[in-house]
Amino acid sequence: MATEAQDLVAPLPPNTRGLDFTQALQTRSVAPATASAATSGPVVRTERLSIYYGNFCAVREVTLDVPLCQVTAIIGPSGCGKSTLLRAMNRMNDFIDGVRVSGRLLFNGQEVYGSVFDPVELRRRVGMVFQKPNPFPKSIFKNVAWGPAVNGYRGNLAELVEESLRKAALWEEVKDKLNKSALALSGGQQQRLCIARAIAMQPEVLLMDEPCSALDPIATARIEDLIDRLKTQYTVALVTHNMQQAARLSDRTAFMLMGELVEVDATSHLFTTPRDQRTQDYITGRFG
Amino acid sequence: MNSTASATSSLRVAAGGTANLARALRRTREALIHVFLLACALVSIATTLAIVFVLIDQSIPFFREISPWAFLTGTRWTPLLEPRSYGVLPLLAGTVLVAGGALLVAVPIGVSTALYLSEYAPGWLRQIGKPFLEILAGVPTVVYGYFALSFITPEILRRCWPQTEVFNGASAAIVVGIMIVPTISSLCDDAFRAVPRSLREAGYAVSGTKLEVSTRIVLPGAMSGVMAAVLLALARAIGETMAVVLAAGMTPKLTLNPLESIQTLTAYIVQVSLGDTPADTIEYHTIFGVGLTLFAITLAVNLVAQRVLKRFHEVYE
Repeated sequence: MATEAQDLVAPLPPNTRGLDFTQALQTRSVAPATASAATSGPVVRTERLSIYYGNFCAVREVTLDVPLCQVTAIIGPSGCGKSTLLRAMNRMNDFIDGVRVSGRLLFNGQEVYGSVFDPVELRRRVGMVFQKPNPFPKSIFKNVAWGPAVNGYRGNLAELVEESLRKAALWEEVKDKLNKSALALSGGQQQRLCIARAIAMQPEVLLMDEPCSALDPIATARIEDLIDRLKTQYTVALVTHNMQQAARLSDRTAFMLMGELVEVDATSHLFTTPRDQRTQDYITGRFG
Repeated sequence: MNSTASATSSLRVAAGGTANLARALRRTREALIHVFLLACALVSIATTLAIVFVLIDQSIPFFREISPWAFLTGTRWTPLLEPRSYGVLPLLAGTVLVAGGALLVAVPIGVSTALYLSEYAPGWLRQIGKPFLEILAGVPTVVYGYFALSFITPEILRRCWPQTEVFNGASAAIVVGIMIVPTISSLCDDAFRAVPRSLREAGYAVSGTKLEVSTRIVLPGAMSGVMAAVLLALARAIGETMAVVLAAGMTPKLTLNPLESIQTLTAYIVQVSLGDTPADTIEYHTIFGVGLTLFAITLAVNLVAQRVLKRFHEVYE
């Protein structure tokens, strides 16, 4: 938000709406993509993955790697298939009638679709945070403890809940009201609770589907800080329609358009020297 | 431009008389229809009020003879036999036995059916399954009574417990239970589907199975809707008459044994209405006392159900 305000007063280059990513790129706290991640192979990999709703092709032959301990952002205009692609990575699309998938999805090299890989087990290892905060209508404690409890967690639940809430930067705000309803929290707190709930499962990958789109700028900034810290421990795939956010947070960015993956590159490259004209048009604000 | 304007105005002048008449006719018709529809609506309201009035008016002579206290706490009900006694508890016990037993049958089946329809069944099955279930609610209740008397008692209950009487509370409870399954499953299905999809997704996203999400997120989330469904079904079970007359018998008895013949509040009203009890006697007025009791119970259950349902509607808004 702050960067947008400054953009408005800055002199605009001709033919663009003045979206400038240099500042967003400079605010990054961690240096992008180091060699270590590249050697271990991607945690999630799609190979020519297509997803259909009935006869409508929402995602077309996308091949994309989500490397270990990096934030991979997926950007693109509304309806480009970015959420559908993300929701394929933990098989969340299974619950929608008439969804068909072709191509391959690999999780740590293992085939996910059309194999014996149990979707419930997949979701234990691939957590998800949704667009709108969706806490259970239960207490704060139970929200975090629910997943581990139903999965037969044997350790100390109270410790796990505290640790997860600390990692989600929410502990200090809720430690005295763990038994109060989660619905009493503010939107931003609810979203951090949902992140804590996902972290409590100790997943390897966190999928985030526009996690800030329902939040105000201050809550958004807090979630962004959080994602920035989480990427040292987790592999994150982040869908966002906010290009500033992608530039600030991600190591790699994928640009999608009408179901196709147009371009994927290190974030610093994609926003400064895109190879494809469509990417160039989108990030300079000619459409979308 | 000019010619069109003058044409319209001359048309208006020429048609002025008939147009006004037509408009007046239309207005009158609207008013008549308004009155007619209002009258239709008033019929049902007036009927309800009249029933309540008659119930109270006719039970006054009864309660003048028999004190309400003796009526509500007496344990013998023999208004038609000597020595006469007017304690309603045996009838109440009969009603509670049948309605409670019916809930024991209907709640597990109804709630499970609703969970299956809303969480497990594929779309096409749900679409034919629900109307099919609702056909159950359309079967005449006398058929259920006959089914209890000719099948459930001899073929099931007597095989398991040979001492079962021909008329018994258990068979009545079972068929009334079957009868109210559609009420429960249909309302629960609506309640389950009102639980936002995002909550289910949250459950699946932390590796919940279908069973865990259904029973630990959807069911608790819809609990007040489930409660309301159960209460509405209970009101129906309490008021059920024909099946209970046929299956449970006409023996007012203060018992909790479901294998004995009993009598419910409704069955007693049938007994007196069909018999040759002369009007304006104390025996005749008993049915209004019993009817008022029945009315009070079902009204209370319905009011509680409405309150619970209202609370439920506020949860996700």
